[in-house]
Amino acid sequence: MSGPLGKTILRKEDPALLSGRGRYADDLPVPVGTLHAHVVRSPHAHAEIVSIDVNAALKHEGVWAVITGEDVRKLSDPFMGAVKSPIQLWSLAVGRVRYVGEPVALVVAESRYLAEDAGELVEVEYAPLEAVIDPVAACESGTPLLHPAAKTNEVSVRDFRYGDPESAFARADHRIGLTVTFPRQSFTPIECFVVVVQHNPAKGSYDVLANFQGPFSMHPVMARALRVSGPKLRLRIPPDSGGSFGIKLSVFPYVVLIGLAAKITGRPVKWTEDRIEHLVAANSGPNRVTAIEAAVNNDGRVIALTLDQLEDYGAFLRAPMPGPLYRMHGSVTGAYDIEHVAVKNRCVLTNKMPAGLIRGFGGPQLYLAIERLMQRIAIELKLDPLDVIKRNLIPARKFPYRTAAGALYDSGDYSRAVDIAVGDGRLDELKRRRDFARAAGRKYGIGFAVVIEPAMSNMGYLSTLLTSEAREKSGPKNGAVSLATVNVDPMGAVTVTADVTVQGQSHETVLSQIVAEELGLTPDDVEVVLELDTAKDQWSIAAGSYSSRFAGGTAVAAHMAAVQMRDKIKAIAAKQLNVLPDDVELSAGKVRSRSNPDNALPFGRVAGTSNWAPTLLPEGMAPALSETGVWTPPELEPPTHDDRINTSLTYGFIFDFCGIEIDPVNYHVRVDRYVSMHDAGRIMNPMIAVGQIRGAFAQGIAAALYEEFVYNEEGAFLTGTFADYLVPTVTEIPEVEILHYESPSPLTPLGAKGLAEGNCMSTPVCIANAIADALGVSDVELPATPRRIHAMMTDGR
Amino acid sequence: MRRVNRDERARIALTLNGRKLAAEAEPRMLLSDFVRHVLGATGTHVGCEHGVCGACTVLIDGVATRSCLMLAVQAEGREVRTVESLAASDGKLNPLQQAFRNNHALQCGFCTPGILMSFTDYLARNPHASRDEICDVLSGHLCRCTGYAGIVAAVEEAAGKVK
Repeated sequence: MSGPLGKTILRKEDPALLSGRGRYADDLPVPVGTLHAHVVRSPHAHAEIVSIDVNAALKHEGVWAVITGEDVRKLSDPFMGAVKSPIQLWSLAVGRVRYVGEPVALVVAESRYLAEDAGELVEVEYAPLEAVIDPVAACESGTPLLHPAAKTNEVSVRDFRYGDPESAFARADHRIGLTVTFPRQSFTPIECFVVVVQHNPAKGSYDVLANFQGPFSMHPVMARALRVSGPKLRLRIPPDSGGSFGIKLSVFPYVVLIGLAAKITGRPVKWTEDRIEHLVAANSGPNRVTAIEAAVNNDGRVIALTLDQLEDYGAFLRAPMPGPLYRMHGSVTGAYDIEHVAVKNRCVLTNKMPAGLIRGFGGPQLYLAIERLMQRIAIELKLDPLDVIKRNLIPARKFPYRTAAGALYDSGDYSRAVDIAVGDGRLDELKRRRDFARAAGRKYGIGFAVVIEPAMSNMGYLSTLLTSEAREKSGPKNGAVSLATVNVDPMGAVTVTADVTVQGQSHETVLSQIVAEELGLTPDDVEVVLELDTAKDQWSIAAGSYSSRFAGGTAVAAHMAAVQMRDKIKAIAAKQLNVLPDDVELSAGKVRSRSNPDNALPFGRVAGTSNWAPTLLPEGMAPALSETGVWTPPELEPPTHDDRINTSLTYGFIFDFCGIEIDPVNYHVRVDRYVSMHDAGRIMNPMIAVGQIRGAFAQGIAAALYEEFVYNEEGAFLTGTFADYLVPTVTEIPEVEILHYESPSPLTPLGAKGLAEGNCMSTPVCIANAIADALGVSDVELPATPRRIHAMMTDGR
Repeated sequence: MRRVNRDERARIALTLNGRKLAAEAEPRMLLSDFVRHVLGATGTHVGCEHGVCGACTVLIDGVATRSCLMLAVQAEGREVRTVESLAASDGKLNPLQQAFRNNHALQCGFCTPGILMSFTDYLARNPHASRDEICDVLSGHLCRCTGYAGIVAAVEEAAGKVK
């Protein structure tokens, strides 16, 4: 590629963001007369709501309404979920609260300050119930039920079997297993949730501004809850959002709640979440208990795998949960060539905030189990851990590779990527550092992790949780549609719109590179407008920014739109230049004859023809004003009858290794050196790729060592401020050495794969493996805080 | 000392980015809310409202200050500087801002204004700050996107440490 694609281009987003000219949700003007909402939340983990007295609050200055679960029940419908069950989820608690922080009432007043004042006056009488916190105990009979109508806390159980795992286990030399737990955490974007709703009673419609991130499969869920058709719920996303990392999916219940407030008060209503609310109730990654076991031969070769994955979704299985269990389903064997697999997926409800999207989405939980297991195999068989990994990697000759559970790994040479990383990342030197440290009596360990990073989700993967018969009944679900549009204005200026939401991913820059590449322009020539509006933009249920869908999805659609526009402009120019379309090229802002470059016209002149002189266009051609790329990859097929599912379109590869040392005085884990090798296919902008990897790495470190949502046995939430929930600062984030190996995806025209989630998946387990190596322990609980390290070092003494 | 009545809106006069302004607010209004929602300077962001994240940092008489931990009335008569003041009037970025762009020191950009203001203050006092000093100041800010490496590189560039 000779154009801007594939090169480091400084970001188009930056000048505005660096000058205080970003336009985030809370920055945008609201209509005069807008009211402000404050959410009254449950102080109990589990309790019946006996009564709610709103009279005192209603009498408070400036208060327009106090809304409770009874109002919500009358005016809306419960949210649809992925699992059919008698459990009802509303935008406010109805009858019972099931986690600390659950919304119980909404005060709507003339200012945020007044609404908070009046919130203090809402009198809620509770009858406390026993809280259920431990996910394993939650499944036992006799444990209190969160939702008595469901008759169980274990609301979804499915068994999967691929190949013949029983025979493989019977003939294997060894069975090696362990149980791991992954904690609850979030990535707490620095901007909290914002929702502004105007209700128009004359049209029965809602106009919503919210920093929602998608997926837009939630749009029908919100519209249904509000009892309106899709077009009556206009959802507008602000041009900028202050981070998301999956978390801002969970804005959706508040869209409905604030919508109802706007309807009830007859005024626009705005709600801005504060940090305390965000930590206690916005969103959490699910915690998971995984029992994993391998059938292994003496040489370390794994021939079969079983996993029992118990995932704790908190108080409700809120759509699109249980995504984390199923998004990774095709990749349940990781980077390894393992034919026989048995998987049991179990979803349990406990008295914690409902789980939702989080960067890595199911990957960190899965790889903690697989990669800890690979280390255990090496230790138990007295083999080198890297040798065990290499012996089991999918060989390059097998690509494209169909995994046991149905994923189609598109490309890669895993062994080669590992070898390069071992050399360029200087593993030998790291081993010497370990030997040296150990000789001096210090606790030093080396960890490894290999990870498959799926990107661009198959919207049908969640239906894998249904039986084949149930899927048959409910109709096929598969695929993922991406949309992007290239527009040309009367002077030939180019703009791009696309079906993504913006939270810092640099879409504006990369889309301008992709389109400029095809049109022979520079990124500066291409304006990108990304403030998705469901009433005016083209979108599908797959729209939004999640599961690394940009590189394999929207980027492709933008490329297609640009190619379509390029070909039209070639045809228009051919007529004007008196040459054949094949002889036309777009380069350096010109449309010119390839064979006679002096025969040229400015891009703007040719492109403007569609506006100024459409009758000059080649016969039968529609004017080249707007071209939409629609991308729907055929590989994203629905689950097969035997439950095999290609969960994503592209599969990147990551190999990490690190050295860590444990401080003998304060038990802190110091990362001495960390190397991360990425194969994300073709890289579209190296600077941005590295930025995404570094960001994910920092979050991986956070998950490994610092961040955890902690509940006590009674369900009290103990990490409700940034003083308790430890987001790493610069001094906690070590350097990461990033290496690249490029195996372009054959399934997308750009060859690019996702890369922004990988280190959220690989880093926690890589660190855990290094700690296990340093301390000679088999169980490493994350985050490995000094308290936990101390416990590991003193157990049994 | 000026006395304000809890129940009466107070008129607050201050200098914002070189311009004298006055507006009314409840005495309990936070400076962050006043700057954003009354004066309309939305470049200053609110991330935690309990003084940990640093997103709301502004300069008060040249000193970096958390505007969420200060009442608007406390800014009476003082000079407040926000991120909107950094670029030239034609939009040209100043060297610190440009260094952030050069080093991909921001992604979503939400925490960035506070970080820029902290280093506007700090580099004015210590123009050739060392890497350790930079990290020390930066540890007063939370960024969830970048992993901080780009920010450190940007400030080092601005501090003349990197050619």
